[in-house]
Amino acid sequence: MDDKLKRDLILEHYQNPVNRGLVDNEDYIKVNSRNESCVDNIDVMAKIEDGIIIDARFDGEACAICTSATSAMIKTLIGKTKEEAEEIIRNYENMINELPYDKTLLSELNVYDTVYKQPNRKNCALLPFRGMKEILEKSTK
Amino acid sequence: MNRDDFPILKDDLIYFDNGATTLKPRRVVDKIVEYYTEYTSNAHRGDYKNSVKVDALYEGVRDKVKDLINAESPKEIVFTKGTTESLNNVVFGFAKNYLHRDDEVLITKSEHASNVLPWQVLEKKIGIKVKYIPLDENHNITEENLEKAITDKTKIVSIAHVTNAMGDVRDIESIGEICKKHNLIFVVDAAQSIGHIQVDVQKANVSFLAFSSHKMLGPTGVGVLYGKKELLEKTEVLEYGGGMNSYFESNGTYELKNIPERFEAGTQNIAGVIGMGEAIDYLREIGLEKIHQHELELKRYAVEKMKQIPNIKIYNENTSSGILIFNIDKVFSQDTAIFLDQFNISVRSGNHCAKILKDEIKVTNTCRISFYLYNTKEEIDKLVEVLNRQDEVYDNIV
Repeated sequence: MDDKLKRDLILEHYQNPVNRGLVDNEDYIKVNSRNESCVDNIDVMAKIEDGIIIDARFDGEACAICTSATSAMIKTLIGKTKEEAEEIIRNYENMINELPYDKTLLSELNVYDTVYKQPNRKNCALLPFRGMKEILEKSTK
Repeated sequence: MNRDDFPILKDDLIYFDNGATTLKPRRVVDKIVEYYTEYTSNAHRGDYKNSVKVDALYEGVRDKVKDLINAESPKEIVFTKGTTESLNNVVFGFAKNYLHRDDEVLITKSEHASNVLPWQVLEKKIGIKVKYIPLDENHNITEENLEKAITDKTKIVSIAHVTNAMGDVRDIESIGEICKKHNLIFVVDAAQSIGHIQVDVQKANVSFLAFSSHKMLGPTGVGVLYGKKELLEKTEVLEYGGGMNSYFESNGTYELKNIPERFEAGTQNIAGVIGMGEAIDYLREIGLEKIHQHELELKRYAVEKMKQIPNIKIYNENTSSGILIFNIDKVFSQDTAIFLDQFNISVRSGNHCAKILKDEIKVTNTCRISFYLYNTKEEIDKLVEVLNRQDEVYDNIV
């Protein structure tokens, strides 16, 4: 994927994010994630039924990378089983952290495959996934 | 001014994050290296030449600090690891014993975390009340608002001299006068003003003052707590160990040293203290008033130039410090900061550790430019040139 296409996809997710805005519904599990740098601050919520992510939403204040990654994550994970989601998250985190990963699992999330070159952006790209992992853990309990 | 004194500026770095920390002049670094390479030894201990020398240098810095802030005595100067430790000492060493349930401490919503959280913790621990002095439309403390906020339960006023998130300069002399009139303890966080603006603790009737060396050209990991002699005498020691006791016996009797030594348990940051002393000398040789005027001139120039750029919002045009807060419309502050970094321009983005300021300015994240003596109008021109290319802000996002 060339850089222009990547950039366009990221900006599209940033400017027109998927499922931005939370809902007041007890069927959802909600977590808040903040960056150590005290800038990005997002809430992610998901509705999980019979082990499948039926819906996911987010809101908050964050930079372009964090906001777009949250949107792309939500788009990718809706409809996936928890196990599939966990596998995607694991591979995505490996990609950001420069470890071996399976790009065929990551579809649109592959646009973040060069974020590792900007160490100050890595946490931004990882933040929503941290939130989603917490939701998946909570849903098991 | 004095750019040649700062080795880091030999490359084309444009450093506008002096509110976070300042660059170090060669002299300060050399002074620290000298301690480690030529006369390393502990203070207050040995009977040999190097130790005597270290002792004299270390204690000499107390005098330099005393002169810098016009304290009455060097005994009122405690070395700490920075503003945060100094303020925590005030809250948990002094205020915890001085205050009683329902007593009130006045702070503001633009304080740094280190002048908010300790008070909030004390509030939970002993039931004091933390109250906020209302700020005016320019986010300043006015005498009128302070007077209105004071009740018969108010015991302490604790504020920054210059706020790190807005750069507003508090008139600590008139606030100190009000505190004196009401018999209040006056705590000043001077982290952002020290080395920029003249601070006179006696003139401003300051009870306690806290600052860090690294924000005034000195090394990290060292700072100062100033306390009026009679108040330091009443301050509980929070760390016990070597260097701070006169004696202790196996039957449990002990005696602590006098102030300020009793607050300096264990081997102190000797190199840091000596480095801070050199930074003080350096700053005083240039003159704080000259530095302050230079910063104000840079800020005036930057405001004037930046106002001509489309989509730039400046939040603190009228504050009289070298701190300028802005955003590009519809661009998240961190994205702006990372964009500027591509041109080697360092600015800070975020909430600047003043998380409750959002209640006041209705903006959670901003970009902060903070000037110091070595910044120039040419650097501002470069910043303006880059901000004019704001269409490119996302070009290198991947």
